[in-house]
Amino acid sequence: MTDTVLSAPLAGAPIAESPMARAWRRLRRRKGAVLGLCVIALFALAAIFAPLIVPYNPIAQGWTSVRQAPSWAHIFGTDDVGRDVLSRVIYGTRASLFAGVISVSIALSIGIPLGLVAGYRGGFIDALLSRITDAMLACPFIILAIALAAFLGPSLGNAMIAIGITTTPIFIRLTRGQVMAVKVEEYIEAARVVGNPRWRIALVHILPNVMPALLVQATLSIAAAIIAEAALSFLGLGQQPPLPSWGSMLNAAQRFLTTAPWMAIWPGLAIFLSVLSFNLVGDGLRDALDPRER
Amino acid sequence: MLKFIGKRLLQLIPTLFFVSVLIFSLQHLLPGDPALVMAGEENDPAVVEQIRQQYHLDQPIPLQYVYWVKGILSGDLGESMRIKEPVLALILEKLPVTAQLACMAIIIALTIGISAGIISAVKKGTVWDYAANVFALWGISTPNFWLGIMLIFLFSVKLGWLPASGFVPLREDWQASLASTIMPAFVLGNAIAAILMRHTRSAMLQALESDYVRTARAKGLIERRIILKHALRNALTPVITLGALEFGTLLSGAVLTEQIFTIPGFGKLIVDAVFNRDYAVVQGVVLVTATTFIFLNLLADIAYHLVNPRLRGMA
Repeated sequence: MTDTVLSAPLAGAPIAESPMARAWRRLRRRKGAVLGLCVIALFALAAIFAPLIVPYNPIAQGWTSVRQAPSWAHIFGTDDVGRDVLSRVIYGTRASLFAGVISVSIALSIGIPLGLVAGYRGGFIDALLSRITDAMLACPFIILAIALAAFLGPSLGNAMIAIGITTTPIFIRLTRGQVMAVKVEEYIEAARVVGNPRWRIALVHILPNVMPALLVQATLSIAAAIIAEAALSFLGLGQQPPLPSWGSMLNAAQRFLTTAPWMAIWPGLAIFLSVLSFNLVGDGLRDALDPRER
Repeated sequence: MLKFIGKRLLQLIPTLFFVSVLIFSLQHLLPGDPALVMAGEENDPAVVEQIRQQYHLDQPIPLQYVYWVKGILSGDLGESMRIKEPVLALILEKLPVTAQLACMAIIIALTIGISAGIISAVKKGTVWDYAANVFALWGISTPNFWLGIMLIFLFSVKLGWLPASGFVPLREDWQASLASTIMPAFVLGNAIAAILMRHTRSAMLQALESDYVRTARAKGLIERRIILKHALRNALTPVITLGALEFGTLLSGAVLTEQIFTIPGFGKLIVDAVFNRDYAVVQGVVLVTATTFIFLNLLADIAYHLVNPRLRGMA
């Protein structure tokens, strides 16, 4: 009896478990997050192997197969100029995932250093960066992204830059807040006392502790960036025709709702599924990385 | 309280300054000579020269900014290149349309979001809670332009119940007006309902576990009274203030929703301006939305201080 009581916690949770392993173990317990990860993996595979798995050339027009309903030859049907919708949805994965990941990477690479500096140094530089962040966050996300994309000129690359810049203030603010909470901890004080230079304290001691919150936000931001890219492409400010993207496919589909509704269903479903998956993983990560939960 | 309002008003000044710098710098992102790009199709040197004069593009950039801000402070947001009308007049003309849409969307969002949030918190862990959470996740993950297209397909193309596009002002024919705006208002309200549901749920859960609810229960009050009078009243304060911050989501959503339902509002104005390379209009719309958002934020902050007795007297 005594033996079981003593050994139970040891068997359940090994003492030497690293924070990463613990987070991964907790994440795997959440069905939604696991499902989300699987769907993201499928989309990623589709994007990487697109040329190998598409049944047709996604930009080859066919005047004899215009707006054909789904059939065995074209599982998702064909569009207004006879292109295979399935092939275009698969290739569209590239634009969407790429835009999601790249624009959030842009936001992270600008937001983390600025947030670190603002949170760690404080003073004038913090006040300045905080006001700039406030100003950017005051402009509604999509409206600022549209304005930036419009002034930069329509292309997928510029759409990614526009979304990336618009997402940056979220990461500046988040990093700053986290750094301010962490920098007063005793282990940071200890690192300072033993004579570590400032940059080393910021990068080696503070940054790793800020990472979990950033990871959660980055996952949720990828979801928002995928919607934003689709929105910009829908408006003609993202991926340019004839290259496929889910947003521009929806734009074309809108004109043929009465005769070819399948044109609107599949790209929309693809956006929904990918965004849902990133949201599920983000929510799961938030719970898994929360130190209050066991 | 006055001290608090004064302090917050002072904080607005640098924020508004950076907003104006941000929007002013947009025109310098234009590739090449801004005057040439702004003139668009018209390559007439006289027109280009007129634009250069009008925007003081021949002056140094800081001076251009001063002229620009001076204009804004006197109510001059520039002139639309295409329609040859003042930007401010265009915005004021479109504002009532979007305002009607936004009001309807907020009513829909509050009704769905708060009731779903209450049910999910009160019935925590049941199938109701699960359903409400699925609804919230669906609402956050559905792109509103796709939802709009699907609703048009269902209610206009298949069932023929509602008009697919267009807008009838409330004053002309209220029934036709409601019919033309109910779908776009739902599309707009849907995402915000999801966010409000999550806020309401967590605030209600917190309230239901609080001491005053335990006291109310101990007094033997009926459960419905406890939920609606004691818990909800306290839970709603953060929900309403956080809800005010969703104004940006509302306007962002309006851009695409108005585009899909061909509603001549604020959102369609910016999209049309982008297509027509009418840059002054784009800048004007961003400026007005950002400024409105900043002031709404301030009002929400003040309201929060007013209703939260613990914060009163703290500046």
